[in-house]
Amino acid sequence: MGIVLERLPGITKGLPGGELVLTTADYFIDLGRKASLWPMTFGLACCAIEMMASYASRFDFDRFGVIPRASPRQADVMIVAGTVVKKMAEPILEIYHQMPEPRFVISMGSCANCGGPYYDSYSVLKGVDRIVPVDVYIAGCPPRPEALQFAVVKLQEKIAKMKLEKGQGATLQQQRGSRDVVSDKPNEEPPIPARIGAV
Amino acid sequence: MSNDTALAAQEPKTLKTDTLFVNLGPQHPSTHGVLRVGLTIDGEMITKAVPDIGYLHRGTQKLAEVRGYHHCVVLTDRWDYVSAMPNNLVFCLAAEKLMGLKVPPRADALRVVMCELNRLASHLLFFGTYGIDIGAFTPFLYAFREREMILDLFEMVCGARLTYNYIRLGGVMVDVTPEWLAKTKEFLDYFKPRLDEYDTLLSFNPIFMARTQEVGLISAEKAVNWGLSGPNLRGSGVNYDVRKNDPYSGYEHYDFDVPLGKTGSCWDRYYCRVQEMRQSVRILEQALAMLPHGEVSATGVAKVPKPPSGESYAHVEGSRGDLGIFLVSDGQASPYRMHVKAPSFLNLAILQEILVGNKVSDVIAILGSVDIVLGEVDR
Repeated sequence: MGIVLERLPGITKGLPGGELVLTTADYFIDLGRKASLWPMTFGLACCAIEMMASYASRFDFDRFGVIPRASPRQADVMIVAGTVVKKMAEPILEIYHQMPEPRFVISMGSCANCGGPYYDSYSVLKGVDRIVPVDVYIAGCPPRPEALQFAVVKLQEKIAKMKLEKGQGATLQQQRGSRDVVSDKPNEEPPIPARIGAV
Repeated sequence: MSNDTALAAQEPKTLKTDTLFVNLGPQHPSTHGVLRVGLTIDGEMITKAVPDIGYLHRGTQKLAEVRGYHHCVVLTDRWDYVSAMPNNLVFCLAAEKLMGLKVPPRADALRVVMCELNRLASHLLFFGTYGIDIGAFTPFLYAFREREMILDLFEMVCGARLTYNYIRLGGVMVDVTPEWLAKTKEFLDYFKPRLDEYDTLLSFNPIFMARTQEVGLISAEKAVNWGLSGPNLRGSGVNYDVRKNDPYSGYEHYDFDVPLGKTGSCWDRYYCRVQEMRQSVRILEQALAMLPHGEVSATGVAKVPKPPSGESYAHVEGSRGDLGIFLVSDGQASPYRMHVKAPSFLNLAILQEILVGNKVSDVIAILGSVDIVLGEVDR
């Protein structure tokens, strides 16, 4: 089966004979990306136990193509499950940058969203979105495994809308396929992006 | 030239070796949270191990000083998030001592039921994750199958799966329903044969035993000196259980044994927990059979309690050991000081001694067997 990797109208169509399917590159690549989101096993606190429960027997995350990976180098999505304290912020940033692009972040639970029950603690970072861009937030303390799975579905919907733009009209972010690029000047230290929307 | 030096000159030069510093964590799938251990290794052998904690320090003890007594219970849920009920209980016991509250018998019995159910859930999580640490994935799925049933029970009674906030000052949140009691009995009947299944699945698996039986030995003397508690202490053969030695919430009325290990190896600590699950089932059956009737909460619990000045200490046998709380009140609406004597924190300390001299591959086996929860270590 051959795939026509050119910009075609966004219609997937089987040609007579069934030998050839026409689709767009965007659709095809996004299909691959969204259907096998590999998260990094990265438990911080209480939410990590619910994250483990989602991988385990009853909730069975494998149905979504979600298979936990131990290394950030093999992961697509980082599930920040739990309270991010200031000492942990630096390792999180480092791990985030170790992940290959395109990379996504799910902020799981109130602590990672905004500090949660520790909103007035001296040692807690009030939201992981202060250091890494977050794609999906899940409310709850801790969120149920179903909520985490819903977040993955939402992330899949978001990925399905991603477009590979090249040439004129494409932003620098789109050209490089990276959300971290915010400046045209290559030598300039890029500021830490906060709450950047879809690519 | 003497004979010795001549021989030494003839000897082939060995390769020069250096020690290597290896970081274990804070992001590591087997550290059960965000523990970082700095390992110095010489070839395969560990010469030095330094645990680095504080990656989950949330300042709970300080926060308690600006929270009311009722609100502090919410904070306690999140220390040892795997078994939150004993945390709730220990804070309430200490605060009730300060306030002079008398807990009704039904509430006491319900507290015991919840704590023992939570101990089951906690030990099941240990059972599953320890299997993964050693390389057996299947027990994890079995353990979580049963654990979900216990979480269902908790959800039914208080609406939460992990952070319950069920045990309140003066009693418990709500009474249980007859359906809940029936469902719990049904679960216990289902669960008892499962324990034998676990033994065949993991406990007496030859590979598992070979990996854990001669590893991470803690002598009884060493365990006491390092201040271990819970299954880690009992795995070394020291008979100390707060439920027996200083009973609270009516544990003296229940008939149960304290399982002990022999050598203090990883396997002994593991098997202590598995045996404790059997004992928990025994306690649960008795508690459900003789559940008293009546109120579930003491009368006269103030909305904003302001206990008289003073201090109190309470401790319970949490899932990880002797969990204690020291509360100081100065007559205000929030505690003047709250200190947590966290068993995980004390159990973690011994790692720097028992990891030394072991191989790198045994580190995870030892780390898993000590069963720490970082929320409790760092608080």
